[in-house]
Amino acid sequence: MTFFVITEGLISLLLVAGGIFAFTGSLGMLKLKDFFMRLHGPTKGTTLGIGCILIASMLYFTVTQRTFHVQELLITLFLFISAPVTGHMLAKTGLHMHLRFITGTRGSVPELRDEDVGQSRVARPARAKHPWHTRKAKKRSRFKQRETA
Amino acid sequence: MKALGRYLPTPTLSLVLLVVWLLMVRSVSFGQILLGLFLAVVIPLMTRDFWEPLPRVKHPLKLARFVLVVLWDIVVANLQVSRLILSPKREAHPGFIEYPLEVKDRLTITLLANTITMTPGTVSTNIRLDGSSLLIHALDMGEEQALIREIRERYERPLKEIFEC
Repeated sequence: MTFFVITEGLISLLLVAGGIFAFTGSLGMLKLKDFFMRLHGPTKGTTLGIGCILIASMLYFTVTQRTFHVQELLITLFLFISAPVTGHMLAKTGLHMHLRFITGTRGSVPELRDEDVGQSRVARPARAKHPWHTRKAKKRSRFKQRETA
Repeated sequence: MKALGRYLPTPTLSLVLLVVWLLMVRSVSFGQILLGLFLAVVIPLMTRDFWEPLPRVKHPLKLARFVLVVLWDIVVANLQVSRLILSPKREAHPGFIEYPLEVKDRLTITLLANTITMTPGTVSTNIRLDGSSLLIHALDMGEEQALIREIRERYERPLKEIFEC
């Protein structure tokens, strides 16, 4: 009986911890200041969060159904392989697009050599306009037009 | 032995495939094992041309130790990053570092880059295609040399020992 209580506590602890880690990872997206810093949240926080939840799931089903449930390990495995690769791709894209980083950043991005970039540089897209501001600006200009007319 | 080498070009990959298959279907019945074996033979044969020759694992025990160290570091890294995100006052000092690589093999470099991304406050951002250095973005950077030394001692040396010498 106590065994079940202890396992339940452990599972709940893992679930809560996993939720907290995943949440802070996502909160990092909101709070950190530039693209490269924001990358750290999802590559780390979320991995451990998911890991905790999967371990909890493994424990729960192993205990309640009395058979070994280990296929969650596969999810963890794939996640551990794919998350850093995604992070690397994103970071590399950010470098090639010359995304700005906050001024406190130490060290500098070394000049990308041609062989690092590939055949040609990725063209930098035009800066996106702020959706609300543009709409407001449009309305204002229309208003002005009506006034003058 | 040679015939075996022809039909099983990468035995480790075959074994991994078999285990993954059995885990995925969640049964170890005879039929599933047979199907898994079939896949474990056929998939490496079909994808053989894509694989570069993989380095041999020389010290399995050291590999296990390395995996444990990395898992522990992932937990520590998460706590650090979470603290940095959650504390309102502390400002992060991000920075870029060019890390000179010692390992030469491509798989080893990949593993190292993955490890760096998973662990303390660092994301590997760019690799020189000649394999000479790795560009790392650190979320909260102390001293540059200290970070380089830490990565070298903790991750690169073990990887080098496991795969290369």
